Amino acid sequence: MRHTLKQFLEDAKIVIHEAIIPTVWRMVFYAPQIAGAARPGQFVNVQKTGGQTFLRRPFGIVDADTAAGTVTIIYRVVGVGTREMAGMQCGDIISVEGPLGKGTFTTAPGRVLLAGGGVGLAPLIFLAKQLKDPIVLVAGKTASETFWTTFFESYAHTLYVTTDDGSRGQKGFAVQALPVILRENQIDRISVCGPTVMMRTIADTAASYGIACEVSMEKRMACGIGVCLGCTFEGKRSGKRYKVCSDGPVFPAREVF
Amino acid sequence: MKQERIAVEFAGISMKTPVMGASGTFGFGIEYSDFLDIDTIGAIISKGITPLPRAGNDGVRVAETPSGMLNCIGLENPGVDAFKRDILPQLSRHDTPLIVNISAGTAEEYGELASKLNVDGVAALEVNISCPNVKEGGIVFGTRPEAAADVTRHVKDASHKPVIVKLSPNVTDITVMAKAVEAAGADAISLINTLTGMAVDIHTWKPLLGNITGGLSGPAVKPVALRMVWQTARAVQIPVLGVGGIASWQDAVEFMLAGASAVAVGAYNFVNPKAVAEIAAGMDQYCEEKGIGHISDIIGKIND
Repeated sequence: MRHTLKQFLEDAKIVIHEAIIPTVWRMVFYAPQIAGAARPGQFVNVQKTGGQTFLRRPFGIVDADTAAGTVTIIYRVVGVGTREMAGMQCGDIISVEGPLGKGTFTTAPGRVLLAGGGVGLAPLIFLAKQLKDPIVLVAGKTASETFWTTFFESYAHTLYVTTDDGSRGQKGFAVQALPVILRENQIDRISVCGPTVMMRTIADTAASYGIACEVSMEKRMACGIGVCLGCTFEGKRSGKRYKVCSDGPVFPAREVF
Repeated sequence: MKQERIAVEFAGISMKTPVMGASGTFGFGIEYSDFLDIDTIGAIISKGITPLPRAGNDGVRVAETPSGMLNCIGLENPGVDAFKRDILPQLSRHDTPLIVNISAGTAEEYGELASKLNVDGVAALEVNISCPNVKEGGIVFGTRPEAAADVTRHVKDASHKPVIVKLSPNVTDITVMAKAVEAAGADAISLINTLTGMAVDIHTWKPLLGNITGGLSGPAVKPVALRMVWQTARAVQIPVLGVGGIASWQDAVEFMLAGASAVAVGAYNFVNPKAVAEIAAGMDQYCEEKGIGHISDIIGKIND
């Protein structure tokens, strides 16, 4: 879905900052303009002012509370930037640019399957909140990486879990759970966010069942607003040049795989 | 704010401020309209435009480095015809000068491209002879004075617009290049384009960039850019547009003291999308506090 949405730059006060597991953090900050405009699938570009990094870091929006004026992100500590972020305290100010991305998740009515792996599950939480009783598939390497289910419990009609090692839910990759999910539920469309191989295999399966599928892409980007052209790709069907940051990050799967 | 104090004329173009958005970091200006009033900035310098559409390079195209970033976009752009058809009309609503950055494979193609841009809505051309990320054209012209002069002559012959030639810092003596394009008729010089660099992933042992090498920009290059602007401004009579790592009004003032008649903000736009406006406001405040009548009064006034 495309919207002409306004973008903002806000100095946001952190109101909640907690480690969900030692390497994955949840941050809630007060950014009322961004909260008021955010739609599922969009992201924010954040920066700790005076930190060691030069560029902002993009994170999918997990929740936007219009009444409270807050925006939630969940991030994994992987490098210098996220390590610095993890050291920030409640009350600290973080610079936030957003909401970014004009290609957002489809929120039209229907029975929707949300499939995600790892930190790719983060933006699907926002989508789950806006849909009516979605079916949710949480995929992780191992049981400790499936804590995401707690964020979906109040929104999901049914939750499915896969782990690579079988320590929770069905053993195997996300795509291997699809036949069962599609047999047990009448699915109208699938929204996916996760590692590329997961998105591709699910998109292929969706196509073979004739089910519409959209994927949320991730690519290295510098600006987040469509000017640096670091994150472009060519649409598989249309041949059109897309920018992941501003035309996406959500695209019809048939344009990506 | 007393805006007249920072209004300038650069290469014959009237600008409300001496601060522009640099090519490749400012899109076509309209992308920034949520963050600043683009009618109040100095000028928009477009993404590099080529005769035909270009998809750019494969693989990872941007990487963060200390105080800056590398890029190897490879001049992705829709080509001059689509630019004129689809983008230029959108910009006509604004009354900020649009400087179109151009790149081509031969001196003749530069000339043909320039002639296609003799249209309303284009205030000037910035001739890119310094892109480090494409095989033909680009830096081949930027490192050889005769080739740079040849391109400049072809563009000058074809164009009715002021011609600004953007120099590469990847040369031994920047003043040789500057003098060559001045002699060939350039109306102004902009510098610097990016410095060639690279980065390696120590876990995968692979280069961070798909193209292996790329162009370094951001505050990391500022001292190099400043030095080259200083050298160039002393070597030529035509005005110099200072570009390279500008991230604050203090940086912009340094460039003007070193001899730049105007400045452009590059990679820092990615960090602060309001930078072009905020830096101009800071320069105005600086004039106020220092009792400087007009920002142009400080050009080249370094006590060296």
